[in-house]
Amino acid sequence: MRVNIYFAVGLGGIIGSLARYMVSLLIHSELPYATFSVNIIGCFLLSFIMHHRKIKRTFSTTVLTAVQTGVIGSFTTFSTFTTETIELVNQHIFLALSYILLSIFCGLFGNYLGYQCASKQVDV
Amino acid sequence: MSAIFVAIGGFFGSILRYYLSHLFHKQLIGTWIANITGSVLLGLLVKLHVGHVLPEVAWYIFGVGFCGAYTTFSTFGNETMQLLLDKHYIKAFSYVFISLFVSLLLVYAIFNISFPTRHELP
Repeated sequence: MRVNIYFAVGLGGIIGSLARYMVSLLIHSELPYATFSVNIIGCFLLSFIMHHRKIKRTFSTTVLTAVQTGVIGSFTTFSTFTTETIELVNQHIFLALSYILLSIFCGLFGNYLGYQCASKQVDV
Repeated sequence: MSAIFVAIGGFFGSILRYYLSHLFHKQLIGTWIANITGSVLLGLLVKLHVGHVLPEVAWYIFGVGFCGAYTTFSTFGNETMQLLLDKHYIKAFSYVFISLFVSLLLVYAIFNISFPTRHELP
């Protein structure tokens, strides 16, 4: 059933991409707040789902892969982050550096928070 | 209407990323290749989009949909955190540094190198 899991990831990708696109429509700004938001939220969610024991037990591998790789993987983006950073370089190098550092640190913090929240869940 | 194009791109982008992660047995290199090649492709698309050479439909399918879904920040962060938790500090730092350095350098080059147009050539 290999094809099935690829299709499931693709469907998840549609949901994730549309959610990201909607956030970008809602947050209008000169600065890349939209990409920053989706990336940090996605980091938290991915770690939470990956480390939550009850979620892991409840859902099939196909569903978990569709959500993790498909939905959350597509919701967050690296390419927009890099192109926006270079666009910021042309405005001011300080803005670009702040964007890089904030994204990395807040992203990692989101990952860690998700991991901690999931680990603390009581195993029912 | 643009949402449909974003969805089409997102469908194929996420499948290609999943295929790469499978191909490299879920090693870091899979995410790395997706993030670098996706950044380069988006850099080129942005340049064409800004220069009004790229049709809007293509921008939504390939730029917002495909490149957005093909590259990922959450897995990149999660892999880095896993390395840090396993105390592989140098590997974690190198992974972040090489991902950022290579992608930013390539996109910078794409944005700032102007290719000569035909009438400028001798």
